Amino acid sequence: MTSETENPPRQGKVFPSGLAALNGITDGASVLVAGFGGCGIPVKLLRGLAEIGVGNLTLICQGAWPQESGKFGIADLVAGGQVKKIISPLPFLPDNGGPVKELWEAGKLELEIVPQGILAERLRAGGAGIGGVFLPTGVGTRFAEGKEVRQFDGQDHIFEAALKADFALLRAQAADTLGNMVYQGSGRNWNPIMAMAAAVTIAEVDQVRERGGLDPELIITQAIFIDRLVLAS
Amino acid sequence: MKSLADKERLPREIVAMRVAKELPDGAYVNLGIGIPTLVSSFVPEGRTVFYHSESGILNCGPIADEGEEDIDLINAGGQFLQRVGGMSFFDSAEAFAMIRGGHVDVTVLGSHQVSATGDLANWMLPQRGVGNVGGAMDLAAGASGVIVAMEHTDRNGQPKIVEECTFPLTGKGCVYLIVTDLAVIECDGKRLTLKEVAPGWTPEEVQQLTGARLTISPDVKEFEL
Repeated sequence: MTSETENPPRQGKVFPSGLAALNGITDGASVLVAGFGGCGIPVKLLRGLAEIGVGNLTLICQGAWPQESGKFGIADLVAGGQVKKIISPLPFLPDNGGPVKELWEAGKLELEIVPQGILAERLRAGGAGIGGVFLPTGVGTRFAEGKEVRQFDGQDHIFEAALKADFALLRAQAADTLGNMVYQGSGRNWNPIMAMAAAVTIAEVDQVRERGGLDPELIITQAIFIDRLVLAS
Repeated sequence: MKSLADKERLPREIVAMRVAKELPDGAYVNLGIGIPTLVSSFVPEGRTVFYHSESGILNCGPIADEGEEDIDLINAGGQFLQRVGGMSFFDSAEAFAMIRGGHVDVTVLGSHQVSATGDLANWMLPQRGVGNVGGAMDLAAGASGVIVAMEHTDRNGQPKIVEECTFPLTGKGCVYLIVTDLAVIECDGKRLTLKEVAPGWTPEEVQQLTGARLTISPDVKEFEL
């Protein structure tokens, strides 16, 4: 670790750099990473993870895609050997599977494939202090194997345990200095749920505004869920 | 005699057009990848349909023109969308609550296999060993059921409509209508009923390329567009 990550100078929740905002992340950490397809991905913070060089990470994410070809993404962390396990509905890159497929086939990466809506509810339960949820998704499929089944309203439901992590890396359009946040379009995706489901939440944002700079009626993620902020640019 | 494998089938656009006829005015619709994506181009005039995307958008606009792409406006297939009035945004848990809770009226998906009882197997080919599951299972579990739009046979000419799925399942008994490049088939969970056939095809020929027994509707007719 660099000295910058040990003693980050900061003002309130706003950190001066991606590395400073990632202070305290260590080998073996579990990390929620927001983003859907190409949007809402905390690229600066992912680069920071590569720079710090922490290993043995468990990443929980929608997909292991790069933001765009040529840009940095989860697939690059995997290729760099920093990831032990991925929990995701879409870990493989669309065309050839990418480094995730390569390392998984070589036995160097664990995968837990989870249907997307199940992952969302497991995280929502984790963030809301609920032990787990009964869902109709995946009944009669391999995803139901070994899980408790109960009937509600005549329909089978499967128990899915809550999921939480040590860190969440988030991406928002704007935050105020308290950590209230708003998003742009489909950039919202996993951010609001992941913001609730980690011990330490770090958000990369396009703008930081003063207290009162966001309309309270329009705030999507409340400051109580956000620990650290860093500017994306 | 010309073999059935060489006989002309309907193009993907016509399959999409036939599915589009099934979308009621005012319906909220989720379209999967492949032929389903084409459906939005063929909604009959005078009907308004609202598209839901797992990326967290309701009332998706049309695909953005080149040069006008906005990184924060993408659909589940990663295509860039135009910003239109009446759009709304939400997080991934809400996106799937809309599906699972039965609020989305129609889901159209492609598939590798569909069984005689409406089981869907569309997320993985067994020879791959493992695969991306995405949101397919949640769409299949949605309270409103699934329309499948696909080719009638696979690349090797094998039937995709089968007595029992041999590929890993996405959902059990969730398909209520199958539209292929040869036929329109209703599925009530017990039997498959052949309702329409492609022009130039007989019900018997369609049955020959189907791996499950079809009940031929007494009023079976040519594709109605």
